[in-house]
Amino acid sequence: MTSAVHQPPAAGGPGAAPAFAVEDVTVRFGGLTALDAVSLELGAREVHGVIGPNGAGKTTLLNVCCGFQRPDSGTLSRAGRPLAALAPHQLVDLGIARTLQGVGLFRGLTALENVMVGADRHRRAGFLAALLGLPRAEADRRALAERARSALAEVGAADVADRLPAALPYPVRKRVALARALVAEPEILFLDEPAGGLGSDDIDELAGLIRRLAERATVVLVEHHMDLVMAVCDRITVLDFGRVIAVGDPAAVQDDPAVAAAYLGEESARGDEGGTA
Amino acid sequence: MTDTEAAADVPTPGRPQPSGPPASRWSALVARVRRPGTPLGRHLRGLVIGAVIVIALLELVSPFRVSQITTLSYYVVACAGLTLLTGINGQISLGHGALMAVGGYTTALLLPAGLPFLVAILTGAVAAGIVGIIVGAAAAKLHGPYLAGATLALAVGLPGLALAFADTLGGEQGLTVDVPRPPAWFADAHFFLFGSDPSTTQYLAYIGALVAGLVLFLLANLHTSRYGRVWRAVRDDEVAAELAGLRLGRLRVLAFVVSAVCAGLAGGVLALATRLVAPSGFTIVLSLSLIAAVVIGGLGSLTGAVLGSAVIVFLPPLVTGLGARAGLSDVQAAELAPLTYGLVLVLVMIFAADGAAGLVRRLGGRLRRRQGPGTGPPRSGHDAAQESDDAARRTS
Repeated sequence: MTSAVHQPPAAGGPGAAPAFAVEDVTVRFGGLTALDAVSLELGAREVHGVIGPNGAGKTTLLNVCCGFQRPDSGTLSRAGRPLAALAPHQLVDLGIARTLQGVGLFRGLTALENVMVGADRHRRAGFLAALLGLPRAEADRRALAERARSALAEVGAADVADRLPAALPYPVRKRVALARALVAEPEILFLDEPAGGLGSDDIDELAGLIRRLAERATVVLVEHHMDLVMAVCDRITVLDFGRVIAVGDPAAVQDDPAVAAAYLGEESARGDEGGTA
Repeated sequence: MTDTEAAADVPTPGRPQPSGPPASRWSALVARVRRPGTPLGRHLRGLVIGAVIVIALLELVSPFRVSQITTLSYYVVACAGLTLLTGINGQISLGHGALMAVGGYTTALLLPAGLPFLVAILTGAVAAGIVGIIVGAAAAKLHGPYLAGATLALAVGLPGLALAFADTLGGEQGLTVDVPRPPAWFADAHFFLFGSDPSTTQYLAYIGALVAGLVLFLLANLHTSRYGRVWRAVRDDEVAAELAGLRLGRLRVLAFVVSAVCAGLAGGVLALATRLVAPSGFTIVLSLSLIAAVVIGGLGSLTGAVLGSAVIVFLPPLVTGLGARAGLSDVQAAELAPLTYGLVLVLVMIFAADGAAGLVRRLGGRLRRRQGPGTGPPRSGHDAAQESDDAARRTS
């Protein structure tokens, strides 16, 4: 199954351009090649796992996808349209959202306000309306708060809307961060280690949430927690030393000898990371 | 009238019932004033209450106090703008005194041309705003100590322009400002209300208070709007803010420009109040006083900007007066002011890092808790952050 590397995308239908594609992307940091001619094609409403041992280039790939890292060579495209010089602030308008490793909430804003910032693309009122306190600005605020509230409810954090992040337990903070990404109504959602630091109950709930999200968006899951990845992903891309060593459905990837070789010796370390932190 | 009341008495399912007796329309109004439903309502109420207090003060206190209130008003304007920049958006500026100079000098240059003083002050604000665009564009790329250094250079360097262009800007002596006399309509209105003609000092204080009130009102609107929220987001986490689609550079420049316009307005009022603009009036000490006021009051809080300004304006004469009464020589007494000033700053940092506004809020929270439950949870965190979603809080 190592030939799976150059398989056509599984989702998106025949002839349709992939929702998001990375082609032959190479990133070098000095002498180190972090990504070596990596390609990744995401179909519509697909849950796609990106896994690999530490240092395999998962986060670098994510950074390339979100415009934080300019690739040395290779191209990105969204629904067939090439993205030349992608900047992070453009992502929202391209229908792309991302959560950060860890949490990354705004510490001076309540949970609700955090999520309202995520919903900012839906604002209507301009600067003058805000300055004069026109009803338009107030209507805007209510509308954004309403969206934020339902996003918080979706991740099961409705009851903490008025709390500051510092007052929330870690798993709840992660939920709020997820709500902030969801509220922008992305078509593609990159999740950077969403299960990191979560207990098994929270992870089960997260799995259910990801499956529900897949009904309306493409979800890319960069994750160490193998049970979660295997349970929710339609397809998985395995990276090792900056190269794609396998692409395929969970069962195929699990049986792939190259994947097993890459993970050999990492077995015990992974067991530690998968548990509660 | 009876129709509507009768209708109100019949319970209709789709419509909320008034909770009290028929006379409840008045109590409903009282309730709305006591607990306005929108931020705008809250800010308007604040504006009205502030206006009543200021008018009462200006009519009752001595001319010396009236001129102090004028001083307070331009400090409030500058500090309100600075707390937005430094507290809400996280950009430090040690150069706001220089931006005040831009506003002050523009006002002083335009007044002799026969322009109405309000036009002159507003033009000064625009001029400061333009300087703010340039400085802000540079500031957006600088962080922490680098930004502090760059704005410090502005504070030191810009007043020097007055010496370089001594012909137009008056050099070391500066420019004197012809103070506008109270116009007839103002004098008439004042006489009608208070039975006396307004002094020029009072007139200037009214101008300063008007500018300060409007600035506080507009900035309070901004604080609770989308802009307050995204400015704080940019301050707290750049990467997350960018991922939410925010354009960091633009938002930072905008905050700087808003803040600079406030400084320009403050400079214009200062020009009128002191009747003079000179380099010695816009030294680095002014810039540092502004940042000190903002920190003492509580970063990011408009209430704090007012409280901090009050400390800066009223504390030095108070301490000097106490010293003189305690038998110190004039020179010794004058030395007390900077000493106390430093002491207050240190004490605030140790005991109330969120400033006077934070202290007031915490005391208020403790008081409310003592009164028992049902009055709502005490607010925590930054007050601007908390105020911005009051409506939502009440529904929960």
